[in-house]
Amino acid sequence: MIKAILIFNNHGKPRLSKFYQRYSEDTQQQIIRETFHLVSKRDENVCNFLEGGLLIGGSDNKLIYRHYATLYFVFCVDSSESELGILDLIQVFVETLDKCFENVCELDLIFHVDKVHNILAEMVMGGMVLETNMNEIVTQIDAQNKLEKSEAGLAGAPARAVSAVKNMNLPEIPRNINIGDISIKVPNLPTFK
Amino acid sequence: MSDVVERTLGVLPALLGQHEPGAGPGGAGGPHRLSASSRLGSLIRNITALTSKHEEEKLIQQEITSLKAMVSAPTTSLRLMKECMVRLIYCEMLGYESSFGYIHAIKLAQQGNLLEKRVGYLAVSLFLHENHELLLLLVNTVVKDLQSTNLVEVSMALTIVSQIFPREMIPAVLPLIEDKLQHSKEIIRRKAVQALYKFYLIAPNQVQHIHDKFRKALCDRDVGVMAASLHIYLEMIKENSSGYKDLTESFVIILKQVVGGKLPIDFNYHSVPAPWLQIQLLRILGLLGKDDPRTSELMYDVLEESLRRAEINHNITYAILFECVQTIYTIYPKSELLEKAAKCIGKFVLSPQINLKYLGLKALTCVIQQDPNLALEHQMTIIECLDHPDPIIKRETLEILYRITNGHNVVVIVQKMLDYLKETKEEYAIITLAGKIAELAEKYAPNNEWFIQTMNAVFSVGGDVLYPDIPNNFLRLLAEGFDDGKEDKQLRTYAVRSYLALLEEENVFYPQKFLQVMSWVLGEYSSLATDVDPETILTRLHNLLKKTFVTSETKAWIMAAVTKIASRASFSKTVDKLIQEFSSSLDTCMRQHTFELKHLCEDKVLMKGLLPFDASCNDMVVDASLSFLDEFVAEGLGQGAAPYKPHHQRQEEKLSQEKALNFEPYGLSFASSVSSSGIAGRQSPTGLSFGSDTSGNSTEMGHKETNTLKLEGVRKLWGKEGYLPKKESKVGKEDEPQTVSCSSLLARRVAETPVSKSDQVSSLSEEEKEKQQLASTLFVGLGSNANVSLMGKVDLSTQKFKRKSKVDKAQSNEEALNMQNSAASDFGPLVDTVPITKEDCDGDKHTTLRKPSLCSSDTVGETLQSVKKPGLDDKLSDSRLSPLSLFADSNIEILQPSPSSQCENANKTVLLPSLAEELEELPHSEVAELCQSDALALYLCKVWKDDSLLLVVFVSNKNPSALNAVNVVFEKEQHFQILESPACQFPVIEAQSVGHCQKCVRMDKLCTQGVISGFVNYQSEMETHLEFSIPLSLLDFIRPMKMTTEDFGKLWLSLSNDVKQNIKMPSSQDSISAALSVLHQKLKLHIVDIIGNEGILACQLLPSVPCLLHCRTHSGMLALWFRSPCSALPDGLLYQCQKVMEES
Repeated sequence: MIKAILIFNNHGKPRLSKFYQRYSEDTQQQIIRETFHLVSKRDENVCNFLEGGLLIGGSDNKLIYRHYATLYFVFCVDSSESELGILDLIQVFVETLDKCFENVCELDLIFHVDKVHNILAEMVMGGMVLETNMNEIVTQIDAQNKLEKSEAGLAGAPARAVSAVKNMNLPEIPRNINIGDISIKVPNLPTFK
Repeated sequence: MSDVVERTLGVLPALLGQHEPGAGPGGAGGPHRLSASSRLGSLIRNITALTSKHEEEKLIQQEITSLKAMVSAPTTSLRLMKECMVRLIYCEMLGYESSFGYIHAIKLAQQGNLLEKRVGYLAVSLFLHENHELLLLLVNTVVKDLQSTNLVEVSMALTIVSQIFPREMIPAVLPLIEDKLQHSKEIIRRKAVQALYKFYLIAPNQVQHIHDKFRKALCDRDVGVMAASLHIYLEMIKENSSGYKDLTESFVIILKQVVGGKLPIDFNYHSVPAPWLQIQLLRILGLLGKDDPRTSELMYDVLEESLRRAEINHNITYAILFECVQTIYTIYPKSELLEKAAKCIGKFVLSPQINLKYLGLKALTCVIQQDPNLALEHQMTIIECLDHPDPIIKRETLEILYRITNGHNVVVIVQKMLDYLKETKEEYAIITLAGKIAELAEKYAPNNEWFIQTMNAVFSVGGDVLYPDIPNNFLRLLAEGFDDGKEDKQLRTYAVRSYLALLEEENVFYPQKFLQVMSWVLGEYSSLATDVDPETILTRLHNLLKKTFVTSETKAWIMAAVTKIASRASFSKTVDKLIQEFSSSLDTCMRQHTFELKHLCEDKVLMKGLLPFDASCNDMVVDASLSFLDEFVAEGLGQGAAPYKPHHQRQEEKLSQEKALNFEPYGLSFASSVSSSGIAGRQSPTGLSFGSDTSGNSTEMGHKETNTLKLEGVRKLWGKEGYLPKKESKVGKEDEPQTVSCSSLLARRVAETPVSKSDQVSSLSEEEKEKQQLASTLFVGLGSNANVSLMGKVDLSTQKFKRKSKVDKAQSNEEALNMQNSAASDFGPLVDTVPITKEDCDGDKHTTLRKPSLCSSDTVGETLQSVKKPGLDDKLSDSRLSPLSLFADSNIEILQPSPSSQCENANKTVLLPSLAEELEELPHSEVAELCQSDALALYLCKVWKDDSLLLVVFVSNKNPSALNAVNVVFEKEQHFQILESPACQFPVIEAQSVGHCQKCVRMDKLCTQGVISGFVNYQSEMETHLEFSIPLSLLDFIRPMKMTTEDFGKLWLSLSNDVKQNIKMPSSQDSISAALSVLHQKLKLHIVDIIGNEGILACQLLPSVPCLLHCRTHSGMLALWFRSPCSALPDGLLYQCQKVMEES
């Protein structure tokens, strides 16, 4: 299970924090600080895994992190997750963000923290990996956005019209479309090791 | 601040003005949105410009104040509210409380349109937690959204359900979510499965009926839904793998299809088909095939295929490979597969990629117990990793070494570990590693010097973050010693000398725990070092006492050591000086210890008696119920003192006075107390009282005591397989010289490291050689010829685990009871040797006398009392030595229904009298002889009738002629009352025959032990008078009391007098039921119910005084909690319980 997902910048300023296990407010802050402390000390040429600090639950837990330009993406997971699997999940997450925000940068995460959370919710649900296919995630987010947009645009429209739109279903998206652009160029992202 | 941020902030206005960053997919917003965004923008800009935490705090507080005003203003539109929520999320993320907004987040989720609703839900999921009371308000919204026809709403509702949902409200949404399993959209089905997974985690019982639906989900036509259902199956199989063996084939087929590329191509990730799904399936297979040859058989093929297919060099294929290897090593082994897996591990270990190397080492750690040869194969890599710049890699390497340690390589391995320990600053690493070193040192130490020095290093580096049982175990080891007395002495002497040497150095800072260990050892064993003047030791300790960094707890340990040493020296200037110096100390504990020392010094004989040499292991009998104080209490009560009430009872009374009406239904909730068992033995099952009554304190004290000194619960490590230098020396001798030389080589090498690079090139070959040598010392004893130690490791690791859990508990105790325990630990070191002088006893009396008066409400008094009480209890527990203990001592004999030897003798001469038939069926004791003379013998049998104790006295005439006018008379006794007349007359007893009389006895005044005495007189030639006495125990008057759990609950609440105590469970009864059945058999307690690790029992004191007992087990301790309307009864029963548990 994924216990927490943290994003903070090179100075330890949190940019996103999502806890899937309950920790008190104070502990959450301490975890962020402790994690930053652990992660920021590490060189570039060391492994991406860390055995957890004391706060997040001792020896059973690991921190798996990636460092992109100004941001650290850290997943705190327990022993039932595969380290390399999570490492690639972070990559998928970042690439998805990049697709949704078109050249994602730190500011996007600050100003659209709600959107980032939405994207994350499509990938990880209640601490379990839900979807790992980037295109699928982007499609879902797009479809939702479209629906929301149309509803927002209809704010002043007669109630009947609104309800008609509300009841309109999402377009069926055939799964087998091969978009074929998996290797998109991601600025700020180092290529895979 | 970050350059990038600053740069981007520079263009911020432009960004905000023209197009919002990332507006791409969903960024269309009206003018409103823009202004709100810029408000957030300005906030962030301001925060980024700040330089100190303090300024940030101020700014955020301002922001929060303005947000507070905005969200509570009725005119705020939902749209604006949405923006406020985003800003609140930001504030919360920075760690600022914004609870005023929670309710608005829920409202937003309820009322908003899709976009607003989404933000509302998001805010709720970030702000609240599962048990938050506001969450109940959300349930309705969730139900409504689940029924919506709009997919987005449904999926939002499912997301929030899988994130946080109150457990009690699951039934409200469960049917709706079940329906969603048939939904036409796969994404909804998938999220529904995830939500059910969440329910399974938090309330498995509630989803028991839909296990079939999980199976359906597993067979879903959409792969995503199937993948989601695997989460549930993984969890269920983890708990009970045998229940799902039938699914093995399905999982194998699924994996085959995935591996074979049968999935749609968009499941591929870097052209690997559904890698995460594969990982999940491999884990499930591993769990299913564990120790099961038949199930494993099914998966060999697919595993081989997976291994073969995962050849492309990409991270994710390595993830699959790693999983495969783990599965292969978990399931029932197949040699071909193992071979391939081993090759794979090699690939990982040798990989230049550091992540893969880490995983390779991890895999090695896992499999090394099964296959030690693998370690030999990769020994050179392991050696290289020992010097790796990445501490994580190093740590993992040490973990491997830890698992291959044996008697031959322990010195080198521990040295490596110590090197790491000295380098690292991470608390977590220190704690675990220090524990491992201590364990290895105890187990494989080659000699005394090495052991003590290693432990010194552990203590001085590990210091105060160590688990408390490391110093405890160490002391226990020294104290208990092992078979060889000479060896013991050597070890102790060496320890004393090394500590003296350490203390000699000035201005060195040692951790508190190390100082405590030192002072204990010096106190106990310093006299073993005969050539050292006690005066010098005392001076050292005295110097320590003056240091400011020494905490008061450590000072108490040091004072204890001083006291012990002083008892062996005839006269000491230092002690005098010390007494002078500290008798006016501001630290009350110090002052008390000083006074004790002073008084003891005046009475050397007493002091010697109290502080026997090397007696720390001798057990003491503790009369925890303090029954020897009964008289004193009675006296106090007689003089008009108020009876003592425990703290929580006082609190309840106070509460009931304050509240006119009691609305709460007082149900007994044992289950809840099981789940929330935070603090051992101190919890009220009703959850009402949270106070710290003094009896509770003494409970804790007893516990603490075992933690600090007595250490009974800890398993002895220094066992046969561990410390056996003599026996192993034959094998080890050839290696030893090599070992030594090598470690010196190592030391040299460490010194050489800062040599310049050109040198390094030239010395490369030499370095290689050293590495080879290191390898040979590290891996000695590994491989086919010596895997003895590997076998030993298995139980070792389990034991380690046990230890930890105990520590956790102790820690939680410590936290919860900071106050009492700190006081308790202050007294800790003195516990075994605390002197009891008359003054002390007087002091105690004062405290007890004060007790009732302090009870009222004075909090200061309360703390004072709680500080004093623990120490006091322990001193009293030592009462064997004090004159007060006479009564306690006389208690020891409990009449157990057992045939006495005398009785057997009597058998030979006279027919053993037997009970009448109707009595024979009742529970009764054996017939035992009371007394006899030439002419007559008196026998007694106790019959435990349901309503009374019946004493049957047999008078047997041994004479060949009849006896006339035999009179049995019972004397009046204050505790017991004999119903009917106290005498029994036999006009005549025929020759060789038996007359008998029955008397019902009742206990008038409660006591644990008592005697009814009496006499027989009869006339033969002359009138003869024969005296006898019948010992009676409280147990004779205890009967089981049958009742239901409900009645128990009601009765429990109505009773006031209670006593709590933790007692150690004998190893033979480690389960609650076993322990309770002992109580049931020996004490005649009725077992009402056993729930989990708790049990309730009931009994009554004849004629009808109930006593209820609540038991809870936790890590070898049995927490007893008695309640009864009679105040003395719980104490008496507690004493009996302790006795039977000790005996059994």
